[in-house]
Amino acid sequence: MGFWHVLWPTGLFSNAAVVTAFRIGSAVAVVNAVVGVFVVIRGQAFSGHALGDVGATGAAGAYLAGITALWGFLAAGFSSGMAIESLGHRVRERDVATGVVLAFMLGLSALFLYLISALTETSGAPIAILFGSLFTVAPGMTGYVLGLSLSALLLLGIIFRPLLFSSVTPDVARVRGVSPRLVGLLFMVSLVVAVEESALVVGALLSTALLIGPAAIATKLSRQPLTSMALAMAIGVFTTWLGIILAYDSFLWPPLNRGWPISFFITSLMLLSYLTVQIASGRQRRSNAATALTDFGNLSTEREAWW
Amino acid sequence: MRREDPEIKGRPVTQGAAPVTATATQDEAVLQISDLSVTYGARVVLDQINLSIRRGELVGIIGPNGAGKSTLLRAIAGLLRPDRGTIRFARAHGGTPRASRAQAQLGYVPQRIEMDPDVPLRACDVVGLGFDGHRFGLSWPNALKRQAVDRALALVEASEFGQSLVGRLSGGQLQRILIAQALVSEPSILLLDEPLSSLDLRSADAVVSIVDRVAHQSGVSVLLVTHDMNPLLRAMDRIIYVVNGRAVIGSVDEVVRPEVLKSLYGYDVDVVRVRGRILVVGDEEYGDEANRFHHHAP
Amino acid sequence: MWHLLWPSGLLSFSFMQNAWMAGSAVAVVSAVVGFFVVLRGASFVAHAVPRGSFAGAAGAVLMGQSSLLGLGLFALLSSLGIALLGRRRRGAVATALVLVAALGLGDLFLSIGNVYAPEVFALLFGQVVGISRADVYFVGSLALAVVLVVAWLYRPLLMHSVSAEVAEVRGLRPVLLDGIFLLLVAAAATATVPVVGALLAFSLMVGPAAAASLLAKRPSTAVFLSIALALVSVWISLWLAYITSWPIGFYVSAWSLVAYLAVRLGQASRRGRTTLAQSDGALKTTTRGNFSG
Repeated sequence: MGFWHVLWPTGLFSNAAVVTAFRIGSAVAVVNAVVGVFVVIRGQAFSGHALGDVGATGAAGAYLAGITALWGFLAAGFSSGMAIESLGHRVRERDVATGVVLAFMLGLSALFLYLISALTETSGAPIAILFGSLFTVAPGMTGYVLGLSLSALLLLGIIFRPLLFSSVTPDVARVRGVSPRLVGLLFMVSLVVAVEESALVVGALLSTALLIGPAAIATKLSRQPLTSMALAMAIGVFTTWLGIILAYDSFLWPPLNRGWPISFFITSLMLLSYLTVQIASGRQRRSNAATALTDFGNLSTEREAWW
Repeated sequence: MRREDPEIKGRPVTQGAAPVTATATQDEAVLQISDLSVTYGARVVLDQINLSIRRGELVGIIGPNGAGKSTLLRAIAGLLRPDRGTIRFARAHGGTPRASRAQAQLGYVPQRIEMDPDVPLRACDVVGLGFDGHRFGLSWPNALKRQAVDRALALVEASEFGQSLVGRLSGGQLQRILIAQALVSEPSILLLDEPLSSLDLRSADAVVSIVDRVAHQSGVSVLLVTHDMNPLLRAMDRIIYVVNGRAVIGSVDEVVRPEVLKSLYGYDVDVVRVRGRILVVGDEEYGDEANRFHHHAP
Repeated sequence: MWHLLWPSGLLSFSFMQNAWMAGSAVAVVSAVVGFFVVLRGASFVAHAVPRGSFAGAAGAVLMGQSSLLGLGLFALLSSLGIALLGRRRRGAVATALVLVAALGLGDLFLSIGNVYAPEVFALLFGQVVGISRADVYFVGSLALAVVLVVAWLYRPLLMHSVSAEVAEVRGLRPVLLDGIFLLLVAAAATATVPVVGALLAFSLMVGPAAAASLLAKRPSTAVFLSIALALVSVWISLWLAYITSWPIGFYVSAWSLVAYLAVRLGQASRRGRTTLAQSDGALKTTTRGNFSG
């Protein structure tokens, strides 16, 4: 009983909320893993995270305006994404532009949430919007999430090669007729879609974890973009499932007996895996460096002889 | 004032410094630049450049820092728009240079790029991007691409590290991979921006051998920016000497002469030849300004 | 009309006096640290450390401790985590992972403790009117400490931020300076979060400093200009927040964006053609910096 009970708790798949969580969690994990590999390659982790946070502003705005939260998320995501893209061309400029846009959107969400609590007397809304929970997703969202995931993946598939080209050698790509600006903008679109749909269903916090975590681990372990993406997908889906199972199981754990948040499990698993990979690859690199040093030693003795 | 210099103004450089080639170039030129000017704000970076490049020749673009060498190369590559003048290319099968850039086959090698050591890309993937990286959609693994990539890697003698992660290559290795990336598209003109900077002597020598082969065996016209002409002397057919936004083209012996360079710099310079190396040295009385081009010294 | 713009108690209420003092201290410390944040392109760190420290505050509230203690501890831990994981130009990825791990913990603390929501809301968005005199002393002394450390290490920090390689050649230890920078961010976060909140602490660090570094030609001018902009932005925000009772974080971040955009637009229109030419050069820079994430 004991150990298996943790990984296969009774009634796991007979619970409708859990089944929805598995479905939506997997879809979100897959699309974020694939987009995430490009985010890591292009060094856009801050933008990826900022877009998730910005979703909360859209959600609060949509709540105030009385429209569906999804449109709020997408509207906030697209406007911020385009602002970041058009303000930040240089690397350092981009960092500051992301920061200023994110700061403004968070300030706006402070205002919206204040207005919500002032007008409607609900105080729990901010927390739910900021953290979200896979277990409270409405089953009706599944269709939207699948559709958005597929369109983000499709767009990424179309721009895959020019995007990689202009991420690695932008000037060469330009000479060959690719516009790095346009491709970057299209990538921003798929990033916005991926991040906002996941911010909507799992919260801004988990959306960053699923975007950066699996991709960061996978790019350290693999040598090709497509392999990285496959690996990141596997890591993302596996971590999400493990998180769901542990969170479901934790309803029986002390001290609460009412469940630990799923985000805690997923984020901790991500950080632990990244640490493990980092330490392992650090050790490997040190031995590589040692070999390189001996090589260099040989080379310099060779040189001395030559001189 | 220098712009008014009657010796330089409006002079088609091909006719001035290298009159022998003036008629021949019209037939076999792959690239024709006429009246090219580029300005940044009030600063004139390139001033009425006229020159043409022949098929299969290796041309070094040489001059002190900030002279406009890279600007000239980037204008040819289409990375910046000139304020005035035209750049015409020959079609792949020949003929007079009338085509626009889109119809030309250009290979471009940027200055050294820095990569995160963990980027999941092998050297051969970077070369592969030169083959079909500009196409939209995903690619299936195909033999044609693999062969082209292998050929390009062999051409730059990079086959042995083709499978290495690109972020962990040395400067010289990365430079060769970038050249292979440009060659894999079978260009008729290869443009290289400072490919020799920050390379040790041995790697620089290897790069020169590669571009030598590319130009003289494969018939690709090579334009190469460098601030030190000496490593190139053994391979270079002609030289474009750029100073203060103006340029002279010709063989090394025609161009690197005190009287020609004097007209570019606007004051006396000496050309010193020591053990097969050429040094351009400014006149003492110009002090600091002359020292700007002491970079030719080893 | 006049009393709307200058309502009674703006300066005389003791909680408002505390707010003015704490707000000014926070502005100075954010501007000083923010100058280095902008110079190093480290906005993400400036966002992540205060945000991660929120988890600590939630944890401290859960255990019945002072939220300042939790804030400080977690700000310290997140900056140490970023410093340890973030070497070899993987800063952004490491920052993201440390941040989400801290927030996951915060989520856990919140759900275990079932902390009363308004208290959390105050931590996230700041509650400038809830500052006690003791808080003012705490924030003030922390701000003073940060400013003194920066004054002492100004040159090495500046050189390291502009070019880590040059600094290393000159015998400065990059790891040490990275660590000191992150500790400064942690200290600034601890001082700022109780006043303007975990979400918006970084808007004060990034906004004024970003506008100032665009305007100023010399680093020292940029520091002082950034302090001036931050002070003005906090004062105006406090005044507006008092009049409208809207959250101060909103005004602070809105001012940041407005200042930054105004400077960017002003420069773009003044340069015109020059900017175009420079953006070509900029693309070249991007080539090299593309993997700096």
